[in-house]
Order: sequence, then C-alpha cells, then structure tokens
Amino acid sequence: MDILDLSALALGRAIQKREVSVEEATRAALDAIEGANGQNNAFITVLPDEALARAAAVQRQIDDGTLTGPLAGVPLAIKDNICTKGVKTSCASKILGDFKPPYDATLTEKITAAGGVVLGKLNMDEFAMGSTSETSYYGPTRNPWDLGRVPGGSSGGAAAAVAARECWYAIGSDTGGSIRQPASYCGVTGVKPTYGTVSRYGLIAYASSLDQIGPLARTAEDCAAILDAIQGRDARDGTSLEGDYGGLLASLDGNLDGMRIGIPAECFADGLDAEVSRRVLAVADVLRGRGAVVEECTLPIMEYVVPTYYIIACAEASSNLSRFDGVKYGWRAEGYRDLTDLYNKTRTEGFGDEVKRRILLGTFVLSTGYYDAYYRKALQVKAVIQQAFDRAFARYDLLLMPVAPTTAPRLGESLSDPLQMYLSDIYTVSVNLAGLPGLSMPCGLDGKGMPVGAQLVGPALGEGKVLRAAHAFQLDTDYHTLRPQAAEGGAH
Amino acid sequence: MKITEEMVDYVSILSRLRLPEEERARMALELERITDYMEVLNHLDTTGVEPMSHTFPLKNVFREDEVRPSAPRAELLANAPAADEESYLVPKTVE
Repeated sequence: MDILDLSALALGRAIQKREVSVEEATRAALDAIEGANGQNNAFITVLPDEALARAAAVQRQIDDGTLTGPLAGVPLAIKDNICTKGVKTSCASKILGDFKPPYDATLTEKITAAGGVVLGKLNMDEFAMGSTSETSYYGPTRNPWDLGRVPGGSSGGAAAAVAARECWYAIGSDTGGSIRQPASYCGVTGVKPTYGTVSRYGLIAYASSLDQIGPLARTAEDCAAILDAIQGRDARDGTSLEGDYGGLLASLDGNLDGMRIGIPAECFADGLDAEVSRRVLAVADVLRGRGAVVEECTLPIMEYVVPTYYIIACAEASSNLSRFDGVKYGWRAEGYRDLTDLYNKTRTEGFGDEVKRRILLGTFVLSTGYYDAYYRKALQVKAVIQQAFDRAFARYDLLLMPVAPTTAPRLGESLSDPLQMYLSDIYTVSVNLAGLPGLSMPCGLDGKGMPVGAQLVGPALGEGKVLRAAHAFQLDTDYHTLRPQAAEGGAH
Repeated sequence: MKITEEMVDYVSILSRLRLPEEERARMALELERITDYMEVLNHLDTTGVEPMSHTFPLKNVFREDEVRPSAPRAELLANAPAADEESYLVPKTVE
C-alpha cells in the first residue's frame, strides 16, 4: 500500500513500529507536492530542506522514546495565515510581501510538540476572505477532483493538499466555513472547533470573534487526534477557554445508542441542490443504524445568518486590517508624497478586490449614522441565532446539515457576483456566530463525480459528540477513503 | 439604500484606501446590492434583545503584570520595508 494513502494515525502507528521512517514519509510527501503543486497550487511555500532536517530530529526523538504521541513524525502543512517563525507567512496577500514572523503561533508550537513535520504553507483566499481560494495573490488553488473547479475556501490549499495526498493532514482556519466548506468540496474531513478551545495567538486575524483554527484530514479519528494536540488554554489568547478539552481520540467507540440528532427543515428548503440534499439525508440512515435517533427539527433563523455574518465579519476585518500600512512589515508602495499617501497607496495597491470590498463594507456598517441600523442590529440578531441553537440543543445532541448548497463550482463562476458567493455560506456561518463546533465529512459523490459533504453541528464544547458520530459514520461507509483520479499518478 | 460614490469616497478615506475612478462606481453598486440584501434583518423584531458581541460571557481578562523580555528589536525591524538600526522609517510628518 502507498503510504500516502494512510490516515495520519495509521502513518503514526507505522512510524512507531519502525515500519516507515519519518524521513521516508517526509520524502514521499515532498515528492507528491513536487508532482502535484504545479497543477493544483495548494502550496505557497514548500520547505524541503527544513522538513527533512526536522524529520531527522523527530526520528531521533522517537528512537530515544521522548516522542510517543499518535501524530509523532507525521508530516503536515499549515495555512498561510498562521505564523511560523522565520518562514514566510503571507495570508496570500501582496501587502504582506515576504513577511517572516519573528515568532511561532501557539498552534505551530503545539504541532511541533506533537512531533509534526511541517512541509510548507498552504494557499488560501487573501486574508481568508472568500469561498473559493481564487482571491490569492499567488494564483488560485484548483480542486484535485477536477482541476477546472475550485477547492472551496478560504482553506482551499489545505483541503486540496490533503485530498491530493500531498500531506496527511493540514491546519486551517474557519471564520464562516473556511475549513468545512473546502473539506466538503475536496472530499476530506474538517473540524471547526468550539470558539476558544484552540488558541488564536499567531493566527493573523480576519474577524476575531469568529476565527477559529482547526484540522483537515482523511478521517474523523485523525481530526480527534489533531484537536487533542492543539487545544487548550493559552494565556496569550485572552479569548481561549479555561480547561482541557482533549481526550477526544480515546472517546471514539462507534456507539451512538440513544444519541438524538435533529435535521433542521430550514436547511433542506429552496436553494439546496437536490443531489446534495439526498446525499446528506442518507447520512441519517447510517447514523440510525448505529443507534442514533434522528428526526426533523426546526432552526428558524436561516434567512438571517448570512447578513449577520457579513456585517460582523466585515466590521471586525476593517479594524483588524488597519495594521497593514506599509510601515511595520510587508510590502510598501512606491512614489508616495507623504505619510497619508504612503498608507493610501500601499493599501490600495496591496489589498485585492475582495479584501477592499470587505474593509469598505465593514467601515460603512461601523460609521456614524449606520452603526445602529447595521452593526448593532447584527449583534442583536447574533443573540437570537445563538438562542435558536440553544433551543435546538435542549432537545438534540447534534444537528445534521448540508455544508454548502452545491458541490464545487467551476473556477471563475463565483467571483463575478460577490453577493451570490456570500449566500453560498448559508449553512456554515451560523456555527461561527454561535461559537459552536462543526464538522464536515464526505458522504458520496454527485453525478459530476465531485464530493458532497455533510455537516454535524454540536453544542458548545460538544466536539466529542460531533466526532463520535462522524467516526461511527466512517466505520460504516468508505466515502472518506475515495481519492481523486488526478492524485493517482498525476495523469493531467 | 442608495450608496452614492460620495459615500464610497467617505468610507475610503476612513479606510485609508483610494479607489481608482472606474472602481468607485462599481464598488458603489456592489455595496448597494449587499446592504439592500442585509436589510432582511429588519424583518426580525429585536426590540429588547441585548446586542451580543461575544459568544461566551467574557470581559476584562487579566493577567499578572510580570516583566518579560519583548521580541528582539532587530528581528522586528527586519520585516520593515524601511528601517534603520532602531526605528521604522516613514516620510517626514512634522514640518
């Protein structure tokens, strides 16, 4: 068997048993990246020398018994909005230039402590603003299942790299669906954890009240192991929660006896592709077979979630992105007259269209005269949305929903109409607004041969339930083992 | 709501952006479509609902005020587009 097809945990076990060396795994991944990146453009930066040196160091620690974790020696890649000391971190934006962070994000430290071998930094929508990974300054990422289609976004590089067998897992970030939607489009499993369980220190902020770091991998088990490694209170992130939310991997036993799962009727109404609807609803039958009680429920907020999300996210983005001014780091425009002109020129030429649109929109909804009508109203609706989830979770352990209204669209189809692209986030953004854990897992292919994803949403800190159900589903199905043709020998 | 090019100019100034002529009109139209759509929120009566800025009730997260070394200056300045040994360099701001 090709080691590239192993799950992260299976590779970790093979490494512990000395069946595969860390160097062997690392070289296999670097070769795969060399073969695939020219086509799918999943990576912005590849680190062959660093990864091989790191592989040797990790192997020594495994050999002397100091590294024994389930992910020790397993190569991964990290989205390019998470700081890696001394390694270019671009947010896929021109304005950050060749910025090399002088520090590691907490995520990077934790992945290192778990024995991770970082292969490189992954492509994304510029500043994580987009649903297609086409807004990258470094060119679009393409979907390994069909290079004419988008991988989703904003963690499109992460989903594409895992799907194309270029790494065993990837770390992304999710502000409104940016892990779950690309996971769905690329046929991999991805988790947006409960807000506050994974430190955001060193994650370059888009919308701070919604951003959350999480894993993309081949299986729910892999995601559980990764979350175990990266969760935890961090004094450097004031919004990180007290407590230890690990132990997820050990809790997966495939048993769903008595678990109550609701299917919100509003999520299966107009606008959802019929084939996606059928595939997602079929998940319910598998979960029933494992002992879950699944029934229709109501979540009467769906028409409000997208506007609420875009008002809040853009407002926060307009503030967060004010730090990019051509002075402290990154790129600076030329030919300016004075300081204000330096700011204006750098930001106008350094940010792409979508980023500028969101900064302007966010500035507008916060400006005098419009604040109450838009921003304050959105914060009120956010409370209503959270209450609707509270009511649902008083009756159900989990909700089963679609991830996106369709499978992956063709390149160029989405960017022409920003509002239409925003509307495609309808099933994911509410989870961020309410701070809940959400998981996307493959549940089959559509008639075009493109992966369909199903979403499981849990109550706050309900990662255990979400992963338990997804793991049970994956024990009984093999959708998560399907791989794109393009990844089989790179025939394109 | 009508978004005029003057409104785009105003938020551009606040945002330190300067859109080229041809982008101003397009942006005004796009923002108008998006804000029109956002008015769907007015269908929901939120009288008496407390605005929620944070999903968990978090306020005033304090830590001990300990003296710790900050990042080395040279490393921070190394990322600047223009710097000398101890400062970021910008155009003269005070005559």
